[in-house]
Amino acid sequence: MAEAAVTNEQESLDEETRLENAVQFLSFSLGDEEYGVDILSVQEIRSWEPVSRIPNVPAYEKGVVNLRGSIVPIVDLRQRFGLKYMDYTPLTVVVVLQAQSRTMGVVVDSVSDVVDVDKLTIQKAPDFGTKVSTEFINGLASVNDRMVMLLDVEKLLKLEGMDEDNE
Amino acid sequence: MSIDMAQFHQVFFEESFEGLDAMESGLLNLDMGDVDAEEINTIFRAAHSIKGGSGTFGFTAVSDFTHVMETLLDEMRDGRRQVTQSAVDVLLGSVDCLREMLTAIQDESEVDEQSVAEHKKALETELANGGSQSAVQAEAVPEQDDNTTEVQSLPAQGWSIAFSPHQQMMQSGNDPVRMFRELKELGDLKVSLDLQGLPDFQNIEPEDCYLSWKLQVQGDVALPDIEDVFSWVEDECDFAIQPLMQEEASDGSSENPPSAPEKQSAVSEPAQSSTKKPAPAKKPEAKAEKKPAAKKGSSSIRVDTSKIDTLINMVGELVITQSMLSLVGEHFDISKLDQLKNGLSQLERHTRELQESVMNIRMLPISFVFSRFPRLVHDTGSKLGKKIELVMIGEQTEVDKTVVEMLSDPLVHLVRNSLDHGIEMPEERLAAGKPEHGTVILEAYHRGGNIVIEVRDDGKGLNKDILRTKAIEKGLIEEDAILTDQQTYELIFMPGFSTAEKLTDISGRGVGMDVVRRNIQALGGRIEIDSELGKGTIISIHLPLTLAILDGQSVAVGDERYIVPLGSIIESINITEDQVNRVAGKGETFRLREEYLPIVRMHEIFNIQSAQAKRLSEGLLVVVEGQGEKCGLFVDDLLGQQQVVIKSLEANYRKIEGISGATILGDGSVALILDIPGLVRLSNH
Amino acid sequence: MATILAVDDSASMRQMVSFTLKGAGHSVVDAVDGVDALNKAKSQKFDCVVTDVNMPNMDGITLIKELRALPDYKFVPMLMLTTESGMDKKQQGKAAGATGWIVKPFNPDQLLKTINKVLG
Repeated sequence: MAEAAVTNEQESLDEETRLENAVQFLSFSLGDEEYGVDILSVQEIRSWEPVSRIPNVPAYEKGVVNLRGSIVPIVDLRQRFGLKYMDYTPLTVVVVLQAQSRTMGVVVDSVSDVVDVDKLTIQKAPDFGTKVSTEFINGLASVNDRMVMLLDVEKLLKLEGMDEDNE
Repeated sequence: MSIDMAQFHQVFFEESFEGLDAMESGLLNLDMGDVDAEEINTIFRAAHSIKGGSGTFGFTAVSDFTHVMETLLDEMRDGRRQVTQSAVDVLLGSVDCLREMLTAIQDESEVDEQSVAEHKKALETELANGGSQSAVQAEAVPEQDDNTTEVQSLPAQGWSIAFSPHQQMMQSGNDPVRMFRELKELGDLKVSLDLQGLPDFQNIEPEDCYLSWKLQVQGDVALPDIEDVFSWVEDECDFAIQPLMQEEASDGSSENPPSAPEKQSAVSEPAQSSTKKPAPAKKPEAKAEKKPAAKKGSSSIRVDTSKIDTLINMVGELVITQSMLSLVGEHFDISKLDQLKNGLSQLERHTRELQESVMNIRMLPISFVFSRFPRLVHDTGSKLGKKIELVMIGEQTEVDKTVVEMLSDPLVHLVRNSLDHGIEMPEERLAAGKPEHGTVILEAYHRGGNIVIEVRDDGKGLNKDILRTKAIEKGLIEEDAILTDQQTYELIFMPGFSTAEKLTDISGRGVGMDVVRRNIQALGGRIEIDSELGKGTIISIHLPLTLAILDGQSVAVGDERYIVPLGSIIESINITEDQVNRVAGKGETFRLREEYLPIVRMHEIFNIQSAQAKRLSEGLLVVVEGQGEKCGLFVDDLLGQQQVVIKSLEANYRKIEGISGATILGDGSVALILDIPGLVRLSNH
Repeated sequence: MATILAVDDSASMRQMVSFTLKGAGHSVVDAVDGVDALNKAKSQKFDCVVTDVNMPNMDGITLIKELRALPDYKFVPMLMLTTESGMDKKQQGKAAGATGWIVKPFNPDQLLKTINKVLG
């Protein structure tokens, strides 16, 4: 019985370390690729609603919506990443992200899951070979044999020309 | 219990700055020939308050400095000292110094010790001259009454006290029992009552005290502690203290009190820290130009409690209306339709009233902006050697808090300009047959949903020819440009324009005027200028009463909805193709009375595919104006007019050319608010 | 505990006094000057009054005099907050019927001690 006790102890220690090193991500899909964003940056998840168009902005900036009294821009992530544009379906989802007191919604194909990832197992992003520009990618994680590309939310929320204007 | 005093500091700073403002305006208002006693009193009280507060909250340097000011003012209000210009000037300088001290403390930056020392010296010098009491009294001088009876301070045994309250003593709320309790805390107390003074029953006044006592306090008790207990009532009783002799202490028998009750001396005050010596003159860092006391923590606002009460009442009404509507909605059937309609119209009324009330809370009287001008005009006038009188009208006119904050600097610039370039030197004025004193009038009033602020002077006015020449020289206008008088005067708003013969440090290099105009326009307002050579100049600023709410005209362009600020709309017209001029390289223009205005095709510059009207005759032209630019917006249709709450687009997103903000419509959708100058710029590309 | 009327034209002083006394379990009502205080005293009975001396509209000493004229306030302890160490203000206060005084600047503990002293 001493053996069992030791294994149990070991397991609970492992569990502890796991929890210490765990980060949680919300994973979503764009096409056949999976991406993840830090769960702490996710304000809410909504279904797609019509937006009010903003003139003379890049095509991936779809427009703005009223989110409980604030004006929040909605960005199509597929278009942002240069992926093929797809029509919106009833399953299309908007993930509302926030970073540095700014809020923005991103349109994704669908939301998968909240996954725990051990910080230590996150790999550095490759310099090439991914569809998405690596400037947005913080790292790669392996979840259930799938590769999830972890996105840098701050960079994502920084739209072209935004910070100069906001100075 | 220890209390953190820091929580009261912010309020103390705020009220002290207000107090300093009150002192300043009071001092400026003083008429040497006829001093208003109440005015001096107010100034004194302000200084007194700051001294008291700073002492309480531990700002000793401030307290010491203010004490000297207070002493000077006290003598003035008592009539012991004449109010002289030099005293007033010294006090004005001290007010500035105090402001800087408090700002530095609030900012947690360094206090300019040298400046403080200098001003204090000036105050002390002033105190030493004139007035019947010359020396500055150190704040607390321990008072020694020469009639102190010879008693040892610390006898080991204790004290014997004979205490006879006067008949009326209790009517000051002093209760002998309370005093005995205090004595008990000092040592062992023995009390024996003397009923001698008690009259016959029918003559007893229940509120009077006829009793007297002999008390013994045993223990190692300091005399001052005993005296403290009776300090409040010394004029209302007879009492005598004697050291307790050994035998008395042991057997506790009362000793006959001395036959003549002796009054005790005044309790000595704890000596407070004497006035600090000024810190050794450190190498003064480049003494930068005195910064105007920036009001810190301007994110708070003082509100009249009556406004809050009104608000509370309205919310109350709203709640009632809401529950009424709930009730109607509960088991609704068509027979209740009228009730529903009634309820809804009440709701609309209450909501509107509530909205007005809330907006009203942010309204401050413009005196907050005007208040700095008496001092400014006084100082600048002296500096320039000109005699200038400032008249302020309509100071109670209310304006949104943000407007107050953003109007201050532009207005200062305009007034300085008047003082510097407008009002002539006294000799010049006399030569021109004008009174020696120049007059600058600052006036504020409401007109049609706007607030108008005028700066009027009776100076030399603007010279159109000089303006025109200068503008041509600087390449701002063409040689043959035809300008109305108005447009000529407005040349001074163009960047890089200045006709000052010499650049003074008062009004700067003329880079100010275009900034002033831009600031005014950023507030959604406009600035106009009118002048008459030799007579004077009038500058008027028009601002919307409130910044967060806009009266808007909703327009449709295809599926999109935009809001055009109502104040910018001149008119809406139908035009036909033949009214349009097309000039190569300049786009389309149409004629409106005397002018040719550009046409801005909304669906083109905003790339709106769903636009209905492609031909001008199919849509509407909304003629608008912004920043002096006029144009016609070509839209599909006019929708309703409504008040909209302006929401920032830049908070979460970015600045869009042609758009000044967004609003949320009744149906929850977002409509963009158009920015006219931006649109004109866009269409010019 | 007791209900106390605290009178001072300085908001920071009112806050400090209020906070200190409430912290000790008393209930406190503020007034900004003598007129305000007199009105409040007429509509509510206080167990104790603490007042600044120098105030606009009606100063502390006049306030005390007026209060003493009210039947309810004949014996209520009334304390002056005075910065002046000179005897004249204190004497004036006493003549008006003040119970005693507290010298400014004071710290919260001194205030509490004195209040507790008079309230018994």
